[in-house]
Amino acid sequence: MAETSMTRAEKRQLRRLKRFDNPWMNPKLIWGVGLLLGIIALGLIGRVLWDPELVFTGSAPLKLPPIGFENIRGQSGVLDHPLGTDGGGRDMLALIIIGAPNTLFVGLLASLIGMSIGIFLGFSAGFLGGRTDDTIRVLADVMITIPPLLILVVFQSAFGDVTLTLMALLIAGFVWQSPTRLIRAQVLSMKQSGYVQMAQLSGASTSHIMFNEMLPNLVPYLFGSFIANVTTSIVTAVGLEVLGLGPQRIPTLGRTIYEAINAGALIQNLWWWWGIPTLLLATMFIGLLLINLGLDEVSNPRLRKLS
Amino acid sequence: MGRIPRDYLINRLVTLVLTILIAATIIWIIPRLSPVDPAEIALGRMAAGAGAVANSEEILAQLRANMGIDQPLIVQYLKYLTGALVFDFGLSTAAFPTPVSTLILNALPWTLGLMILSLIITFFIGNLLGALMVWDRSPKLVRVAIPAAMVFTSIPPILSGLLLMWIFAAKLQWFPLTGAYSIFVEPGWTWSFVSSVLYHGFLPALSIVIVTFGFWALGMRGLMITVQGEDYVKLAEAKGLRPRYILYRYMIRNAILPQITAFALKIGLLIAGQVLVERIFAYNGMGKLLYDAILNQDFPVIQGVSYVIILMTALSVFLVDLLYPFIDPRIRHEAA
Repeated sequence: MAETSMTRAEKRQLRRLKRFDNPWMNPKLIWGVGLLLGIIALGLIGRVLWDPELVFTGSAPLKLPPIGFENIRGQSGVLDHPLGTDGGGRDMLALIIIGAPNTLFVGLLASLIGMSIGIFLGFSAGFLGGRTDDTIRVLADVMITIPPLLILVVFQSAFGDVTLTLMALLIAGFVWQSPTRLIRAQVLSMKQSGYVQMAQLSGASTSHIMFNEMLPNLVPYLFGSFIANVTTSIVTAVGLEVLGLGPQRIPTLGRTIYEAINAGALIQNLWWWWGIPTLLLATMFIGLLLINLGLDEVSNPRLRKLS
Repeated sequence: MGRIPRDYLINRLVTLVLTILIAATIIWIIPRLSPVDPAEIALGRMAAGAGAVANSEEILAQLRANMGIDQPLIVQYLKYLTGALVFDFGLSTAAFPTPVSTLILNALPWTLGLMILSLIITFFIGNLLGALMVWDRSPKLVRVAIPAAMVFTSIPPILSGLLLMWIFAAKLQWFPLTGAYSIFVEPGWTWSFVSSVLYHGFLPALSIVIVTFGFWALGMRGLMITVQGEDYVKLAEAKGLRPRYILYRYMIRNAILPQITAFALKIGLLIAGQVLVERIFAYNGMGKLLYDAILNQDFPVIQGVSYVIILMTALSVFLVDLLYPFIDPRIRHEAA
């Protein structure tokens, strides 16, 4: 069809189709990744432009509101602390510059470790079969019903303070089950497929079949499962922090909320104290949701037509 | 009607028992690996109350004997397991001679009530909205508004709880800030008590509902897309059945089944999320009990609460697995 004979709407549609021809370039995915990168950038650039020393208790006046607002005592926001300060005299901007990347870090690390365990166990179960498969399958079935938060509550209340990395490692112990199950099921079905049997017949090594023949087909699923696990990990980490567990001396978004609730920030109308970390966490979760929806469109073309 | 094959039943039972056993064992092992000595905590609490404690060595030994931690580990473990079977977790150390099981029994109805109420509401609203998103006759407004509402539902309930609490309890003062019932009413089956409970439970329930219905809606949307193209839906349309009838009797009925499995897998996360909501609303349930126990380093209570919640999760997964063939006759259990 000649381009001149098309109406404007048709042209627009054609442009859209061209742009969305690459399923990875769908707007949900781009927005989601953008939001998360924004939070990472806040942490990286913020450390350079803003004084990170301001996260220490007592480094600023107490309970100052953000610029343009007034607190109960009639103080208004000052330029030195644009997002206000908390009840312990910490600058909110510095707190989120340090705290938000910490929260994201726990989620990403825990999910990454869980994913690696899942890939390893899933392939082992699917490939080796027999006793190994039974053990791994039952273990994954058992562990998937245990809510991580409660085991970790027991752990952290027994051991007291933990580091961010240790918390991520602990959470990783509870996010390997769904990738394991997913990969095991996929490997079992792919084992029957023509190209894998072809590779086996032509004498390819097991590792070649695993990584060159099978793994590329799993990529969209793996990404989806990874992002879902990042969400679960962050929810668990924030849950621990809000219960007053988790790292005690490192600023995180969850711990800030915990301190705000304990200090009665809701009744005192210190909304910025809990509101800013809440908003950032919400942004993080919305970003993760958008990535997940975007990935769904990549792996399930039926959804693309509808949206 | 599907009948449950014996192999399948045994398989599910083994998984159930293993889940409970492994969870109970982990909960038992962790405090024993920790350098913290519960007898010393108890002694410290005593010292804090009395100012000074004489014969501290003897008291420590006596406390250890009372707690049973002077016995060999294997004896302790077996005692703990048999205790856990009958929900005997010993005595709370913070609220001393109260048994842990009494504390849990007092908190459990609140948690269960809140959970069942919010689950039913979310399951209903979520699935209906998810179905309407795909249905080609639903008003345009529904389709535009729902993805926006969906974004809100990626947020964990504790954040929505904080937000609702601030708007409706602190700012507008329409609802009470904390607690499960007013301190001015006598607990009992009176109208004033029941209405007070409902009034106090509204915000916690709402904060769970608004962030969980999206999960069901999203799942339902995916399932409805699949069902939409099925031949029996086309046939129903060709027969000239009313669209609303097709939606409820043909499409939703078939699409909703996998949602019930999702329900089983999600329940653990839901309970954990609710524990946190109860903590910020200081609602008299397991969440508050757990939080107070963490503050007081009350290990028997922490163990007991964690155990009971894990048990609830495992049991509900087991039940859903067993009930599934009765709900969906197309499913035949294979001996796994």
